[in-house]
Amino acid sequence: MDLLAFGKTGWGDELFIATLMTLAVSVTAMIVGFLFALIFTPLKLSKNKFLNLIGNSYTTVIRGVPELLVIYLFFFGGSGAIMFVASMFGYTEYIEINAFITGSCAIGIISGAYSTEVFRGALQSVDKGQYEASKVLGFKKNIQFIKVIMPQMLRLAIPNLSNVWQITLKDTSLISVTGLVEIMRQSYIAAGSTRDPLFFYSFAAVLYLMLTYLSMKLINRLELKYSRGF
Amino acid sequence: MDLELMSSSIPKLLSATVVTLKLLSLSLFFGIFIGLLFAILRLKKNKILNRFAYGYSYVFRGTPLLVQIFIIYFGLGQIEYLRSTVLWVVLKEPYWCAIIAFALNTGAYTSEILRSAFQTIKPGFIEAGKSLGISNKIIFYKIQIPIAIKQSLPAYGNEIILMMKGTSLASTVTLMDLTGVAKYIISTTFKPIEVFIVAGSIYLFMTFIIHNFIKYLEKKFSYQ
Repeated sequence: MDLLAFGKTGWGDELFIATLMTLAVSVTAMIVGFLFALIFTPLKLSKNKFLNLIGNSYTTVIRGVPELLVIYLFFFGGSGAIMFVASMFGYTEYIEINAFITGSCAIGIISGAYSTEVFRGALQSVDKGQYEASKVLGFKKNIQFIKVIMPQMLRLAIPNLSNVWQITLKDTSLISVTGLVEIMRQSYIAAGSTRDPLFFYSFAAVLYLMLTYLSMKLINRLELKYSRGF
Repeated sequence: MDLELMSSSIPKLLSATVVTLKLLSLSLFFGIFIGLLFAILRLKKNKILNRFAYGYSYVFRGTPLLVQIFIIYFGLGQIEYLRSTVLWVVLKEPYWCAIIAFALNTGAYTSEILRSAFQTIKPGFIEAGKSLGISNKIIFYKIQIPIAIKQSLPAYGNEIILMMKGTSLASTVTLMDLTGVAKYIISTTFKPIEVFIVAGSIYLFMTFIIHNFIKYLEKKFSYQ
């Protein structure tokens, strides 16, 4: 237990901060993912064939390629791409992007592909009559969506979004390859300096289990809230 | 776009694909047996066995695959006792460590898929078998298992694709699989986009094949 002491003698505080980092990356990635879903869900549902193709290729490519490969693309290609854009505006100095931003964007794009699929499925399962009824009642288009369709869509989407959250949370472990100090990276450092990998990796597993368990509890409450009346 | 690099990296990446496919097929092979075993345990009425199987699938589905590989590859070598047993022959190889981790992981997911498939079999099928005087063992092998396989095919197809993506983690324990080689080429040439396109296409092609193969099997196993 000495190994987990807080302060200078143990790894307790480092691992605690690393856990917060994992949570921070997961939440950021989830939000980035929602932004992507906001763009690509309408594309996937659109009747325009070209827009449809863009939406479909996003979800197919990202869901068919390993997460690690996407992370390598961002890790090695991220600063190059930013510098290319910057050079068009006349800025030629070297730009380094921080590992947190690269990591959250990479995981965010992955989680966005899963979220897009979830939202598409949920929107398609809202009863057609609901759209028609809200139209007949004379709601404006955006009010129709916000007040009638979205609450029903969320009820259907939340159970699947909780799966996406679990996947995202576990995927953050892969960012450790870029050097961002989250649970996995911190355990790697601790295991290296104490020569006790079994203990630290098992402890990392316990931390992840705790995170998934606690978030499941929270999401279940959210689910209850959105399924009132069903 | 560096087309020359793209074409020159294709043979290297294709030979690495063989490693990926080997990892995938071996871990799926062992994973099915593990999954079937734990699915059967989950259906047993014995509370201890039931809890044990539930705990197994909970732990392996609740933690990242990367942690599981690291525990098996870096962690188990630390136990002195293991080093003196026959097991060490297997555990000192990163190749087998990766396969053990993948098989245990996919086993946990497979057990959940099979369990829900077993539970959704209509009791009428089993009762029909019983009333025909067929023994419980034969009912299990000839009625329950074929129906469960058919029911679980779509979900298992997804699991195969997830596992294929999971094998990319073998590159973190020094194995040169498709992702490992892709990373090596990227870090020596600093041309991430070109390599990503080639390696990504190979992965997508494999996804496509698996997806269609499962679709074909689904059609074959359907009642019509």
